[in-house]
Amino acid sequence: MTIAPQHQAVSPQEPALAKTVVVSWKAPIAFAVVTVLAALLFLLAPHDGEATFRVSAAGDALQLPEIVLNATVTAWVCLALLTALTVVSALMVRARRAVPIWLIVVFAVVFVLGFLTWAVAGASTNVMPLAGLLAGALSLSVPLIFGSLSGVISERVGVINIAIEGQLLAGAFTSAVVASSTGNPYLGLLAAGVAGVLVSFVLAAFAIKYFVDQVIVGVVLNVLVVGFTSFLYSQVLAPNAQALNAPPRFDRIAIPFLSEIPIIGPTFFRQTIIVYLMYVAVAAVYIGLFHTKWGLRLRAVGEHPQAADTVGINVPRTRFWNVSLAGAIAGLGGAFFTLGAVGAFGKEMTAGAGFIALAAVIFGQWDPIKATLAALLFGFAQSLQGQLGVIGSPVPSEFMLMLPYVVTIVAVAGFVGKVRGPAAAGKPYIKS
Amino acid sequence: MTTQSPNDPDVAVETGSQVPPAEPVTRQPEPDVEPESRWHRAFREIATGNAIISVLAVLLALLVGAIMIAFTDERVQEASVYFFARPGDTFIAIWESVSGAYSAFFQGSIYNFRRPDFATGIRPLTETLTFATPLIAAGLGVALAFRVGMFNIGGRGQMLMASAAAGWVAFSFDLPWGVHMLVALLAGLLAGALWAGIAGLLKARTGAHEVIVTIMLNYVALYLVTWMLRTPGLLQAPGSNNPKTPPMKDTAIFPELLGPQYNLHFGFILAIAAVVLVWWILDRSALGFQFRAVGENPNAARVAGINVKSMYVYAMLISGALIGLAGVSQVLGTVTTGFSSGIDAGIGFDAITVALLGRSTPWGVLAAGILFGAFKAGGFAMQAAEGVPIDIVLVVQSLIVLFIAAPPLVRAIFRLPAPGSGPRRAAPTTTKEVTAK
Repeated sequence: MTIAPQHQAVSPQEPALAKTVVVSWKAPIAFAVVTVLAALLFLLAPHDGEATFRVSAAGDALQLPEIVLNATVTAWVCLALLTALTVVSALMVRARRAVPIWLIVVFAVVFVLGFLTWAVAGASTNVMPLAGLLAGALSLSVPLIFGSLSGVISERVGVINIAIEGQLLAGAFTSAVVASSTGNPYLGLLAAGVAGVLVSFVLAAFAIKYFVDQVIVGVVLNVLVVGFTSFLYSQVLAPNAQALNAPPRFDRIAIPFLSEIPIIGPTFFRQTIIVYLMYVAVAAVYIGLFHTKWGLRLRAVGEHPQAADTVGINVPRTRFWNVSLAGAIAGLGGAFFTLGAVGAFGKEMTAGAGFIALAAVIFGQWDPIKATLAALLFGFAQSLQGQLGVIGSPVPSEFMLMLPYVVTIVAVAGFVGKVRGPAAAGKPYIKS
Repeated sequence: MTTQSPNDPDVAVETGSQVPPAEPVTRQPEPDVEPESRWHRAFREIATGNAIISVLAVLLALLVGAIMIAFTDERVQEASVYFFARPGDTFIAIWESVSGAYSAFFQGSIYNFRRPDFATGIRPLTETLTFATPLIAAGLGVALAFRVGMFNIGGRGQMLMASAAAGWVAFSFDLPWGVHMLVALLAGLLAGALWAGIAGLLKARTGAHEVIVTIMLNYVALYLVTWMLRTPGLLQAPGSNNPKTPPMKDTAIFPELLGPQYNLHFGFILAIAAVVLVWWILDRSALGFQFRAVGENPNAARVAGINVKSMYVYAMLISGALIGLAGVSQVLGTVTTGFSSGIDAGIGFDAITVALLGRSTPWGVLAAGILFGAFKAGGFAMQAAEGVPIDIVLVVQSLIVLFIAAPPLVRAIFRLPAPGSGPRRAAPTTTKEVTAK
């Protein structure tokens, strides 16, 4: 096979302290595959003309000029760079060195740039508004990020959370109803968190108290919440839409100075309170997990519950409350659907976002920051296909829609590979 | 013991063996019941068995469904406004809404009493079996993957690919009757198997988590099939602008099992055959033994010399083929007039619940599939007759699985004795021990 053994064990003759070198040919192979695909795309379906990237939005204080790239030149330059990076990575692996993360990032950026230029040049309007692309990406990522944080906490404490979809949907439904009936979006946000906790209570009760398989409970909870919200939507919400399903939406708050930075400002700092809450949540979960006593205990329970129990940590209680916390976070993410983005509840409006968030958790190797980045990647890909659909993409829109999922498969198979979650995730702790 | 005389051991053993049975007798007077009567024992065996849990779980779920129906019914709401003046009205309204819904449900799924003769009255039951066909097939696929320790959420994608392949063969080729059906069936099975095999192969070769890959492949298949459906020359019906295929050719359509007035088709026989096949694979074949060993403990299986990686690939291929059978039976049996991208009808996800309810055993999946088929058939009838949204079926189904998965909860609700707790009030079960801690 083309894939060399991943773990080259130290041969017995070498001194015992020699560093084990992990050599994987996956990255160069994945690079090569992507490069060949790009070459086929650029050579078989070449696009002439120019691609314009509009950096500033109309209302910005600081207007930057548009970036215009020649499609042919960019394609060749990108292709050369991609080939060079592939060769570099292959040489590094041959020299028994690991391919660094930054190389993968540079590769991805070059590929996206080349692809974007190619697609925009072939579109019916050759202008791509970058600000809209990024703002859309962030907006699509918000529920995914909340969901993946929920998954990270829950799985780090040892309970597999497949119910993210259900928590998001429950949050979306409850926030719509509460915000509409009280007229206060903040109460809606709070109620969304409570709804997420309620879903988590069921998960925690069945998984921790009754030792039911956590995957079963998660899957079933998703179905339960879909059925419950859809039933109530048809029976109660739809006939009384004005009273129960017309929630006030959060206003966008511009943070002074920061929101004036070109591109970054409007994208990240001219957002609703849910998005700011998300920044706080990501930071809090990261610091909490890895730099506090709470996080240490949480991870201990998820990795080795017996050991945690021995030192006096109450395993079931730790699991119960942290799974509930995870539900609250996912519930907040659900509120973004109704109070931040769409403005009304619709049947099954989360449309699989919970499963994408689950993929982001595994893709991000159960690390809050990496999971957030994975969620952003999914959001960006979705936004990209949306924008290309608007400007009239040369590729059938279905293939654009497919792209993020194909990229994920390639990335999971090529770069992430075998990931190891928390050791005790999915196993009930039965004290003997 | 050692201090006793050499003659004594026999005696000692005898008394020793007499003591344990004596213990319950001496302890028995403590609780209120003295000797255990035959009826008590029979009651206990029934009350602690699995069957009663399943029945009570279904009852509980139906009860929750009834509460939901009653609370959202308009007549009940109107009557409850003057509840304290005339409470009877409210109860009558509740009874009417719930009994109306559930009798429509029964008549839609099992037997319709409003029909004059048996032949038309039994039609709902055949509808149930028709709805059950793809659920059984896909449930088997998910269950088989479960037994190998894998979670195949990719039922939707595998069904879509199988439907597309089988449908394409069925409407674009001209082959003799029988052969055409067989070729279409094989094409569908192959497509489903290959689509799932991608996930198995990637897991075996690179360690990519099958949950991610199957979820992603669902979307890829959905968009691929959507594109093919709107591209002339691929799946789109000629001369049409709708994203829909032309109808299947008669030579490829599954024969009706009970004549033209029923929808039940040959796919049901295939699903039953699949149940037997999966039972044979899992319980009787060497491959199934290896499957189960890998599912129980992949590390131990590897040590025992089983090629774990190829087991993952084989399991996903078979799982995909079974789910593919669900797609084929949809296309060649249920919806023969041409299909669109909604052909999977959520069966890929329902299959997970079916497999869970059937506890991943072939016969369990058969029973669960038929039960859920009844829920689907009855749900549609209930929606049509009483205006109760079919979504309530999802609630009832998921509650059944939840309750069945947690027997202690059902026992606690109905105050049933726990298994193993004889008349002597044995030590509390492990569940209680942990919660008390």
